[in-house]
Amino acid sequence: MKFPEKLNKETIAYRASIELEENSYVNLGIGLPSLCAKYIDKKKNIKFQAENGVLGFDELSEKKVQNPNYMDAGGQFLSQKPGMSFFDSAESFSMIRAGYIDVTILGGMQVSKNGDLANWMIKDRGIGSIGGAMDLVSGAKKVIVTMEHITKENQYKILNNCNFPLTGKNCVDKIITDIAVIDVTNEGLVIKEIAPKWNFDMVQELTESKLLIKGEVENYKINSSNDGQ
Amino acid sequence: MKKIEIFDSFISSLDGISDDMTIMIGGFGGQGGQPTNLMLALKELNVKNITLVGNVAGLSMITGYGWIENDKQNAIDQNIFFQNNQVKKIICSFPVPSQRKPFSEIEKSWRNNETIVEIIPQGTLAEKIRAAGSGIPAFYTKTGVGTIVEENKETKIINGEKFILEYALSSDIGLINADHSDEFGNLVYLGTSRAFNPIMAAASKFTIAEVGKIISSRLIDSERIGTSGIYINRIVSKKNEIS
Repeated sequence: MKFPEKLNKETIAYRASIELEENSYVNLGIGLPSLCAKYIDKKKNIKFQAENGVLGFDELSEKKVQNPNYMDAGGQFLSQKPGMSFFDSAESFSMIRAGYIDVTILGGMQVSKNGDLANWMIKDRGIGSIGGAMDLVSGAKKVIVTMEHITKENQYKILNNCNFPLTGKNCVDKIITDIAVIDVTNEGLVIKEIAPKWNFDMVQELTESKLLIKGEVENYKINSSNDGQ
Repeated sequence: MKKIEIFDSFISSLDGISDDMTIMIGGFGGQGGQPTNLMLALKELNVKNITLVGNVAGLSMITGYGWIENDKQNAIDQNIFFQNNQVKKIICSFPVPSQRKPFSEIEKSWRNNETIVEIIPQGTLAEKIRAAGSGIPAFYTKTGVGTIVEENKETKIINGEKFILEYALSSDIGLINADHSDEFGNLVYLGTSRAFNPIMAAASKFTIAEVGKIISSRLIDSERIGTSGIYINRIVSKKNEIS
């Protein structure tokens, strides 16, 4: 089958950003998820948390005024602003484990049909970095995974069972990829949105797990100021 | 009873550290909150067969992680001790970057079976250290249930949910960093630079704090103290403003 062009990272990040509800506390993972912050409507009053001990930041500092004491967990430097709070690593993870974080958006290597996530170690490498991901997926109220739908080598990433070491079991609520938006439900993976020019059969072809249709399948929501290509 | 010792030389402040010790290194990973000068001195001291405890341990020298643009070329992290063949084991949450090549010194040393790398979820690592510094021998957590973290560990069902038993983690030496201190070892942190520093100060039998400057306690707002001097044995700084 010949496939249309996939959406870019910015479009995935935009799509994930609109999942965030007003006044929520949100932790964004390194890489693609951290791009979501760019698209947040400031009026939504979203408070970002980073594992290294900060809550309430909303923008990165300019290069020339970087201060090593104000960083997010991805190693990017933050602008200081009123309403920020700081805490040590033990307290940072206390609030994560105790369920105070409403949403975490993470990258993924593999997601299974029952919402298992693998995102910390490529199997063959034998060494990887867990960081805060296991705490976040077990503690946050909602877990969204943003990733490319298949690997660069055309391997499935949405599988019946993950074969990489797991980050968490039954933890993913939603998968946002470069071709579709999929909900993880008790019945299985339910397709909610499909990217422009793509259709259900194409998305299914690139997904090992069977996709279910429940209710209407909508067009992938795209930022009007970004054509997504 | 102990008295806080004040040093102006980083290498002298490490006096008493010997081979085979367990050494915690504070901060998060990156420049802020990392006891960089103490780390360079520990390399110079060249003690061998040490066990390191840290968080993001080996990213900065590969990717520049957490170092501001102007300082990136000077970035150091725990890889310096692997370069120098000092490490028997490292316990951390983030030893390697996602990119595979070039291999970091940590990964090379792990691949050559020279070092044991124990990878722990970050929140569990923090809580193990917090527990050690607060007289709690072990605790239950849900983090890691259903993953390799659970393997060979005791578990317990509490209120219908499965939890893993994790033990406290202490050390012989804590090397930490703060913005400034007073003569009593009370530490003041800035922003995100506290991270693992306060809990490592408490979890280590002997804690050495590198600070930007030492100033008189009369000039410090007691409300702003992030780590009480009770946890500190030595402070070291190039800038001592106590007259």
